[in-house]
Amino acid sequence: MTRVLQEPNDLTDVDVGDPWRGFRGEGWRESIDPRLFLQANYTPYEGDDAFLVGATHRTKKLWGRLSSMFGRERERGVYDVDPHTPASITAHAAGYIDRADELIVGLQTDAPLKRAIMPNGGWRMVETSLQTYGYEVDPRVAEIYTKHRKTHNDGVFDAYTEEVRAARRSSLVTGLPDSYGRGRIIGDYRRVALYGVDRLIADKILVKASLDALPSGEDVIRDREELAEQIRALGELRAMATTYGFDISGPAATGQEAIQWLYFGYLAAVKEQNGAAMSLGRVSTFLDIYLQRDIDEGRLDESRAQELIDDLVIKLRIVRFLRTPEYDALFSGDPTWVTECLGGMGTDGRTLVTRSSFRFLQTLYNLGPAPEPNLTVLWSTRLPTGFKEFAASVSIDTSSIQYESDELLRPVTGDDTAIACCVSAMTLGKQMQFFGARVNLAKTLLYAINGGRDEITGKQVGPVTTPVTGDVLDYDDVLRRLDAEMDWLARVYVDALNVIHYMHDKYAYERLEMALHDHPVHRTMAMGIAGLAVTADSLSAIREATVRVVRDESGLVVDYVVDGDYPAYGNNDDRADDIAVDLVERFMAKIRDYPTYRGAVPTQSVLTITSNVVYGNATGNTPDGRRLGEPFSPGANPMNGRDQHGWVASALSVAKLPYDQARDGISLTSTLAPDALGKTAAERIDTLSGILDAFFDAQGFHVNVNVLSRDTLLDAMEHPENYPQLTIRVSGYAVNFVRLTHEQQLDVIHRTFHGSV
Amino acid sequence: MEPVRRLSITPVREHHGGSRAELEAELHEEGDPEIGYIHSYEITGAVNGPGVRFMLFLSGCPLRCQYCSNADTWTMTKGRRVTLGRMMDEVAKYAGFVTTAHGGITVSGGEPMLQIRFLEALLRRCKDELGLHTAVDTSGFLGARASDEFLDLVDLFLLDIKSGEPKTYQLVTSASLEPTLRFARLLSERGKKMWVRFVLVPGLTDAPENVEAVAAFVATLSGVERVEVLPFHQLGAAKWAELGLAYQLSEALPPSRELVERVESQFRSHGLNVV
Repeated sequence: MTRVLQEPNDLTDVDVGDPWRGFRGEGWRESIDPRLFLQANYTPYEGDDAFLVGATHRTKKLWGRLSSMFGRERERGVYDVDPHTPASITAHAAGYIDRADELIVGLQTDAPLKRAIMPNGGWRMVETSLQTYGYEVDPRVAEIYTKHRKTHNDGVFDAYTEEVRAARRSSLVTGLPDSYGRGRIIGDYRRVALYGVDRLIADKILVKASLDALPSGEDVIRDREELAEQIRALGELRAMATTYGFDISGPAATGQEAIQWLYFGYLAAVKEQNGAAMSLGRVSTFLDIYLQRDIDEGRLDESRAQELIDDLVIKLRIVRFLRTPEYDALFSGDPTWVTECLGGMGTDGRTLVTRSSFRFLQTLYNLGPAPEPNLTVLWSTRLPTGFKEFAASVSIDTSSIQYESDELLRPVTGDDTAIACCVSAMTLGKQMQFFGARVNLAKTLLYAINGGRDEITGKQVGPVTTPVTGDVLDYDDVLRRLDAEMDWLARVYVDALNVIHYMHDKYAYERLEMALHDHPVHRTMAMGIAGLAVTADSLSAIREATVRVVRDESGLVVDYVVDGDYPAYGNNDDRADDIAVDLVERFMAKIRDYPTYRGAVPTQSVLTITSNVVYGNATGNTPDGRRLGEPFSPGANPMNGRDQHGWVASALSVAKLPYDQARDGISLTSTLAPDALGKTAAERIDTLSGILDAFFDAQGFHVNVNVLSRDTLLDAMEHPENYPQLTIRVSGYAVNFVRLTHEQQLDVIHRTFHGSV
Repeated sequence: MEPVRRLSITPVREHHGGSRAELEAELHEEGDPEIGYIHSYEITGAVNGPGVRFMLFLSGCPLRCQYCSNADTWTMTKGRRVTLGRMMDEVAKYAGFVTTAHGGITVSGGEPMLQIRFLEALLRRCKDELGLHTAVDTSGFLGARASDEFLDLVDLFLLDIKSGEPKTYQLVTSASLEPTLRFARLLSERGKKMWVRFVLVPGLTDAPENVEAVAAFVATLSGVERVEVLPFHQLGAAKWAELGLAYQLSEALPPSRELVERVESQFRSHGLNVV
């Protein structure tokens, strides 16, 4: 085995013996099963944060070197691009930040922050991005992807129906992954470390051979071809590691190797796929087994263990994709959703918190706050107090963590659940999803009122129906129309997604990520709705107050006059909350009616990413009194300003939305003023940890917690140069506040803020 | 300009607002004899008692503090009339949350002890049915209304001592200091827990002697877990204008950090835990 010696005191060149020495348990040795391995070998940690250490000189130096490059990247939009080399696992030579100082190696291209082109998703995206950032398009590459090699994007538009195109054009269905990588697939990167690549290849060869016995129907042929691609990708992964001087054909034998092997697996994925969300999974407790073994064997101390995690996190922070400025504006910067899940409880009642769960959170202190990796704590009231309090304290100090309900997830996807992107749960290595963005529910309501015509353009988009007659809206009448419009929308939407995922499998298949899954894999198809609060409030207004319509000369309803008060979603008032619940259940039921590509199980999310601003821009006046162009509330958030009893009441309204009918997640984003949590640091930690217990106890699914004062945010708008690392959670992810557009910054301040709890 | 109105305390029942028939109907429906007037409620964190609090603001107050930030709570009958049963329904919706979040209910105002019967009945049900931690945020001015049964129902008193010198107290509140001191001593004797609060208004309550008088008095009490110095702010000014009331502090500034520190150190020098 050739291994690179990183530092003189490293042990990577010492033969440490059997890579599986000291490991317990059976089952995971015979077949590929990292969960069984993890359960048999991890050490739960019930203590507090006292053992943690700060950043070493080496870590600071390495991070400092990168930080000095971020300014140029922010200014130009990209630091550098390689416009000549279509990306693949092995397309680029080895690259380093600072070879002498790196403990974990590997970059997407041959230099840090240099972005690769990934044309398989779509050529136009690549071309536009290059032109925007002042790079010349390489005519040779252009020829390949316009003449010889069809892309995912080409395929989709060959097969879209006219209805899908119209719904897409009018922003009724938006954000579809039809011109870029779909993402939201998490390779089980732990497999690379635990088994080494050769064993994984051998396993896939066996699976493929088992398909030989089946008749060559369409599904079987596709499976065989995909498995062949998976095997090829694993070979490329091994070859890529060799360029860095590592032989990863066998299992990792130390903590440092485990991190390196696992990271190579992840790196191969992000070298090849420009997926919208490229999540990491749930690796901290797995890695802890290796770090703990090294510590027990006397070859590692806490400082070096933290250094290794810090170094991995540095790598995860500089994952970059070449995207257009429009894409970046939609998502507020450059999110990659390198989501890592921490914490949670096992089905056997032991906590899955380990010292390394703390170490991952500690990176937010050692390296400062940052949006990536997207650290996600799976919360249970049964988590150890020490971990709860540390997480709360990190949230208060950095606003960089999101929380999801371990108690809701575990019964559905098990205790080896990871989150892709923001809130999408899947069983690691056994499940993937077909990502489906979302439809605009508020606009759908307006179509229902206008007989399928767009309220802004007047164009007929939905099927022709009789528009609402009369001047005052009648609740039963509107609901009946909305129901019919949703029927149509669900059909068009599922149609679009079936086309997209058929083509993505065909032209931009995630070979490496899928190689790190079992075969056959369980698939879900994740639809989504935006504008839930606006729609629920509109219906509540129609029912409880008097809503008069205002028509233009063509008879199109363009405005509404609300007379009287109505209960708004977000006040823990069932009259309005039940409407929101009904909308969620209703749309889910409709989606279930349509067949999905590859038999994927349909799910839905109530999540907007940060596109609530964009959706609002594209939606006319609504019957709740919202004006044309005004942003929606983000995700499942109630419309801020309509809540009369504070944050808790609004969170309890959101908690009523049934996870059962929205298994792709329900997102709540909150910004709390530090003073609202208490006067002293200890009190704030206690309150926040109590709030999280109470919210999840009330069946809440997800919450982003920002702890920031309004003044800080306003000052950051005025003086962005003083806040380069100010991080804020905006949806199922976090962003640099200063990279948000002006409109989005105002949105955060106006729509998520609560001065009191 | 309207002169500062004088207080009249009258029994709750005669101020129910709606018609007698309405009241009777509601009472019959609820099967509960008590009616309250509330300004609003919201859920707050860790500032009005430990943990997350269901914060209920009852309307009606006998004091007329110059710095009052909730002048719209002064008149009891301007509040929303609720039956105890209906109020309990609202509280119950949050009982699990606030308890899990290490909190409970805090009743403030106005002066919550103005509606002592409603308050007592509410807290009794909060204790008996929901097992809530209870706090009452009061000036203590109506302390004479407190029965032993009432005191037993309250886990924590947030006691506002608005000034230490009777003259200043009169100037600030239009009322006399003595009832508050008497109530504080009663709480102390009964072993009740207290958080004492002092609102610091530059030029009005900040005189060292005035602060000293509060601090010295509080130091004689047992059961005081903490003292909070609350810096005056202008956030309530708009309400005075809306109500057509004469606001005398429009020129006043929030206290400087130095002033807050001086006042806090005065309390600390008496061995008090200032938070």
